Amino acid sequence: MLTLLLILLPVIAAVITLFSGERLAKTVALIGGLTTLGLAVMTWLQFDPAAGTQFGFKYAWVSSGGISFAAGLDGISLVLVLLTTFLTPLIVLSAFKHDYKKPASFYALILFMEAALIGVFTATDAFLFYLFFEAALIPVYFLAAIWGGENRIKVTFKFFIYTIFGSLFMMVALVYLYYQTPGTHTSEITAFYQLQLSPQTQGFIFWAFFIAFAIKMPLFPFHTWQPDTYTESPTAATMLLSGIMLKMGVYGLIRFLLPIVPQGMESWGMMAMILSVIGIIYGSIIAIQQSDMKRLIAYSSFAHVGLMAAGVFSYSVNGLQGALIQMLAHGINVIGLFFIIDIIYSRTKTRFLDQLGGISQSTPHLSIYFMILLLGSVALPLTNGFVGEFLLLSSVFHYDGWLGAIAGLTIILGSVYMLRLFQKSMFGPRSKWVEGFQDLTASESAVLLPLVIMVFWIGIYPNTFLKLTEPAVSQLLQLVNN
Amino acid sequence: MYPIILLSVLGVVTLFLGFSKSKNILLPATLLFLIIALIGNFVEWNKGPLLYFYDMFRVDNLTLSFNGIILLSAFMIVAISGGFQDNADSEPAEYYGLMLFSLVGAMMMVGFEHMIMLFIGVEILSVAMYVLTGSNKRNLRSNEAALKYFLMGAFATGFMLFGMTLLYGATGSFELSQIQGFASNMQQGSQSYILYAGLLLLLIGMLFKVSAAPFHFWTPDVYEGAPTIFTTFMSTIVKTAGFAALFRLLNTSFTNIYSFWWIIIALIAVLTLLVGNIGATSQNSFKRMLAYSGISHAGYLLIALTALSRPSENAIVFYSLAYSLSTICAFGVLMLVSKEKTIEGQPNEHYDAFNGLAKQNPLLAFVLAVSMLSLAGIPLTAGFWGKFFIFTSAAERGIMWITVIAVLMSTVGIYYYFRVIIASYLREGNMIKIRIAPFYQVILLIATFLTILFGLAPGIFDNLI
Repeated sequence: MLTLLLILLPVIAAVITLFSGERLAKTVALIGGLTTLGLAVMTWLQFDPAAGTQFGFKYAWVSSGGISFAAGLDGISLVLVLLTTFLTPLIVLSAFKHDYKKPASFYALILFMEAALIGVFTATDAFLFYLFFEAALIPVYFLAAIWGGENRIKVTFKFFIYTIFGSLFMMVALVYLYYQTPGTHTSEITAFYQLQLSPQTQGFIFWAFFIAFAIKMPLFPFHTWQPDTYTESPTAATMLLSGIMLKMGVYGLIRFLLPIVPQGMESWGMMAMILSVIGIIYGSIIAIQQSDMKRLIAYSSFAHVGLMAAGVFSYSVNGLQGALIQMLAHGINVIGLFFIIDIIYSRTKTRFLDQLGGISQSTPHLSIYFMILLLGSVALPLTNGFVGEFLLLSSVFHYDGWLGAIAGLTIILGSVYMLRLFQKSMFGPRSKWVEGFQDLTASESAVLLPLVIMVFWIGIYPNTFLKLTEPAVSQLLQLVNN
Repeated sequence: MYPIILLSVLGVVTLFLGFSKSKNILLPATLLFLIIALIGNFVEWNKGPLLYFYDMFRVDNLTLSFNGIILLSAFMIVAISGGFQDNADSEPAEYYGLMLFSLVGAMMMVGFEHMIMLFIGVEILSVAMYVLTGSNKRNLRSNEAALKYFLMGAFATGFMLFGMTLLYGATGSFELSQIQGFASNMQQGSQSYILYAGLLLLLIGMLFKVSAAPFHFWTPDVYEGAPTIFTTFMSTIVKTAGFAALFRLLNTSFTNIYSFWWIIIALIAVLTLLVGNIGATSQNSFKRMLAYSGISHAGYLLIALTALSRPSENAIVFYSLAYSLSTICAFGVLMLVSKEKTIEGQPNEHYDAFNGLAKQNPLLAFVLAVSMLSLAGIPLTAGFWGKFFIFTSAAERGIMWITVIAVLMSTVGIYYYFRVIIASYLREGNMIKIRIAPFYQVILLIATFLTILFGLAPGIFDNLI
C-alpha cells in the first residue's frame, strides 16, 4: 500500500498546486515534494533488504488480458525512489528564484513528473512500467517546450519524437513476451523472467529493449537529442531530465534487459559494451571543447551514463552495484552543477566560459559548493563519484581488459573538462560580465547544502545504500546465470 | 432493433417539425430523439442473440455496442451543430432528418445477417451523406465534394453489388450463415473461384466506404469540402459502421477461408497506414490533415481485421470509441476556431489559425491537446489502449511484422498531431477569447473526460461484450 501512496501523493500534490493560484503554487509544490520525501524515508525505515519485493499492491486492470495495476519495492526500486523523492523538492526549491509565467502549471508539471518516475521505478507489471515510462515524457516535454529557450520548439519536438520512437519498439517486445507467457497470459515482470526463448528471438528482443533504453539515457549513437534539449530547457526541466529521467534507461536495462534475455546479452553484450565505451570517450572529448557550460555538463552526463551502462552490460555484482550507486551520485552531482550554472547565468546573463572568470573573488560559499560537487563528479576518493566509478571500472576491466583500460580514461578526461570548467569560470582575471556578483542567497544554499551532505555521505559510507540493493542484485544475477 | 424503428419514425417527425414556425425546437427535439434511441438500444442488452425480419437482422451485444458508439457520437455531433441558425440558406429540419435516417442505415450495417440488409444499410447511409456533403449550397468546394463523393461512391456500390451477385452465384444464398456453411465445405474448383472473386469485389466496395488505400482518393477532398459538422459525422459514424460491417462479414462468413484473404487485408492495411500517415505530414490544413489521419486510423483498424483473433472484437469496439471521441473533440475545436479566423470570408482551417490558442482559451487548447494525444496513441488516453489492443490482436495471431510497421507509422503520426499542440501552446498569435455555448462546452468536456477515463481504466469494458 505504501507504494501506491508514493505514486498517488505527488499526483494529489500536483492537482492542489494547479488550483492553488499563482502566489501559493511554489510553496504548495515544495510541501508536496517534502511530504513525498517523508513518506519515502518512512518506507526506507520499514524496508527489509532481504525480503524481496515489499509494500506491493495489485489490482486487476484489464482483467481479460491479465494486465494488472501492480507495483512494489525491492532494493533497486527503493534506492531510485529515494533519489527521486530527494531531488524533486530540491528541483522545486531551485526554481524559486525564477519568475516563471504560469507558475501553478510549472510546479504541477514537476510533481506529475515525479509521480510518473516513481511509477516507473516501482511497477511490477510490464505494461504499467511502459505506461509510466511514456507518461513521464509528457510533463517534461511541456516543461521544456513552454518555459525553454529560443529554439525550444524545434529541439523539444525532436526529443519527444526520438524518445517515443524508441519506446514503441519496447512496446512491441513487451506485447510479444506477453503472448509467450503460458496459460491465460500475464504481464508480470517476474513471469517474463521464466520464459524460455530461442537465442534468435532473444537477439531481437535485446535490440528492441536496447534501442528504447539507449535513446532514453542516451547512449552513443542515440544521443543527438540530448545536448540541445538540455541546453534549451529551463533548468528545472534539465535537472529532471539529467538527474532522474536518465536513470529510467539504466533501470530498464537492469530490470528488463539483463534478466529477460540473458542469451541475447551473451551474443550482443559486447557490442552494447563497445557502444557504451565509445560514448564515454566521445562525450568526454566533446565536453573538453565546450564553451557553453550547460552543454559541457550535458556531454559530461552523456559520458557518465555510458560508464553506468557499461557496468550493467558486464553483468557482475560489482557492475550492477556500481551502476546503482553511480546513479545516485550522478543524480546528486549533476543537479548541483546545473543549479550552480543557473545561478551564474541568472547573475551574469551568460553561460560561455570565455566571457566568465574570477567569480570566486567575491563568492567564497559558491566556490566551495561548486568545488565539492565538481570533485564528486570527477570521482575523488571520499566523494560520492568515487565509489561508483571504482566499482564500475573494475567490473568493466573484469569483462574485458582492453575495454576497461579505455573506459578508465574517463577519470583523466573527466578531471580535464571539469577542472577547466572551474578554472575558466571561477579563477583568472575578473571579466566585465561578473561585476557585482553576489554570493549565495539563503534559498540557494538550502538547495546546495543537502546535495553536498549527500556527496560526503555516499562517499564516506556508501554501505547505507549498497546493502539495500545487494540482495536484489544478487538475486537478479542468479536469474541471469541460470 | 428498437432504435432502427424509432429513428425511422422520428426522422419523419423531424421533417414535419420543420414546418413549424419556431426553428429553435429542432435541435432539442433531435437530441431527445437520439436519447430515446440510445435507451431503446440498450433495452435488449444481454438478451441476444436475437434475429429479426425473417433472420435478416441480428441483435447481440456486439451489435448493441457498435450501435451505442454510433448513437453516442451522433448525439455529440448534433449537440455541437448549433442548430444551423447562422446561415440563411440552411434547412435544419432536412439536415437533422437526414442525419437520423443515415443512422438507421449505419445500424443496419452493424447488425446485418443478410447481404440485402447490408446493401440497403450502405445505401441509406451513403445517399444521406452525399446530400449532407453538398449542403453548403453556395460553396463551390462543398458542391465539388458532394459530386465527387457521389460518383465515386456509386461506382464502389457497383462493385459491391457485383460481388454480392457472384457470392450468390457461388453459394446460392445471401445469408451469412449459409455462405459460411458453403465456404467451409467447399472444394477447390470453379465454384471457389467465383466465391473468391465475389468476396474480393465485396471487400473493395466496403473498403471504399471506410477509406482504405488504394480506395481513399475521395477522402481528403470530400472531408475538406464538406461542412465541418458533416465531416465529423462522416469520419466517425460512417467509419464505425463500415468496420462493424467488415468485421461481421469476415468473422462469420469467411473465417474458414482466412488463409485466402488475410494477406490481402494485411497488405491493404500496410498501404493504408503508409498513405494516411505520410500524406498527413505534408498538409498545412488541419482539416485535411484530419482526413488523412482518418485514413491512417482505418489502417490500424484493418490490422485487427487481419488478425481476427480473440482480442480483435474488443479492439475494434474500443478503438472506434476512442477514435470517435477524439475526432469529435478535434473537429469541435476546429469549428470554433476557424469560425473566428476567416480568410476572405472562408473559415481558416490551417495550423496557424491555432497559434496562441492556449493563452486566451485554455479550455479549448486542453480539449484539443487531449484529443491529439489520444489520436497519436500516447499513454493515459483512450487512444493508447486502442492501439495497444490492436497490436495485441496481431501478436496473438503471431503477425509481428505488421505491428512493427504500425509502430513506425505511429511515430510519424506524432509528428503531425503535435504540430497543432505546438501551435496552440507554444506559438504566439493574435487570438481572441472565443465565446462557447455552455452546452457545447459540456459536450467537449464529456468527450475529453471519457478519453482520459478510458485511458486510465480501459478495463471498464472487460467482459461486457
